[in-house]
Amino acid sequence: MLDRADGQTFIGNVRLVHAVGMHARPAVKLTKLAKKFEAQIFVRVAGAAEWINAKSVAKIMAMRAAHGSTIEIKASGSDAEAAVAALVDLIATDFPDGAS
Amino acid sequence: MTDTVGIVIVSHSKDIAKGTADMVRQMVGSEVKVAFCGGNPDGGLGTSVSLIIDAINDAWSAKGVAILVDLGGAETNSEMAVEMLEPARRELVVVCNAPIVEGAVMAATEAAGGSSLAQVKAVAEELSAD
Repeated sequence: MLDRADGQTFIGNVRLVHAVGMHARPAVKLTKLAKKFEAQIFVRVAGAAEWINAKSVAKIMAMRAAHGSTIEIKASGSDAEAAVAALVDLIATDFPDGAS
Repeated sequence: MTDTVGIVIVSHSKDIAKGTADMVRQMVGSEVKVAFCGGNPDGGLGTSVSLIIDAINDAWSAKGVAILVDLGGAETNSEMAVEMLEPARRELVVVCNAPIVEGAVMAATEAAGGSSLAQVKAVAEELSAD
């Protein structure tokens, strides 16, 4: 769901339903999808101090988001709205195969 | 994106090299060319310059090739293999200073997005930067 649009910045929240949290394979899928957009995209576990670059596979893998946690996504740039929607969908649908 | 950086995996063990390549293909997908070699020509542990050159040729891309290695000889033999390429191709091949499995998955993930060879190498090496 897209919560609010603040100028060119879009924010989304989604619950991580993947059984073992943000481990390697979901991290690769999230990063690959993020790279398809021009927008700058950041994610974090809700409430965490730092936003993480969604296009950095090393940082996404290291974020260790647990099953059931809420992931916040923030994007700015020309295709930011589509980027947030796509990433929310990827996480909400539990990183289906074929979606990258 | 029309072309992506190719990935070469060089281990002393053919099983490790193949397993790493399998992980890359399954986790990242088939859009990135991945080649691997491991073991000496007699089937024992080791690395072989000629097998590394073959793997570079298999993974060849106009955007370049990133090599991931395991221990000592894998790195020196990979560097030797690069030196034996024609000068024009030599500059398009880099050996990454990164752990072989993690580096290969991250390099391939970066390559899949159409990134340059320098970007792919930098992402693989993020793991050893800290």
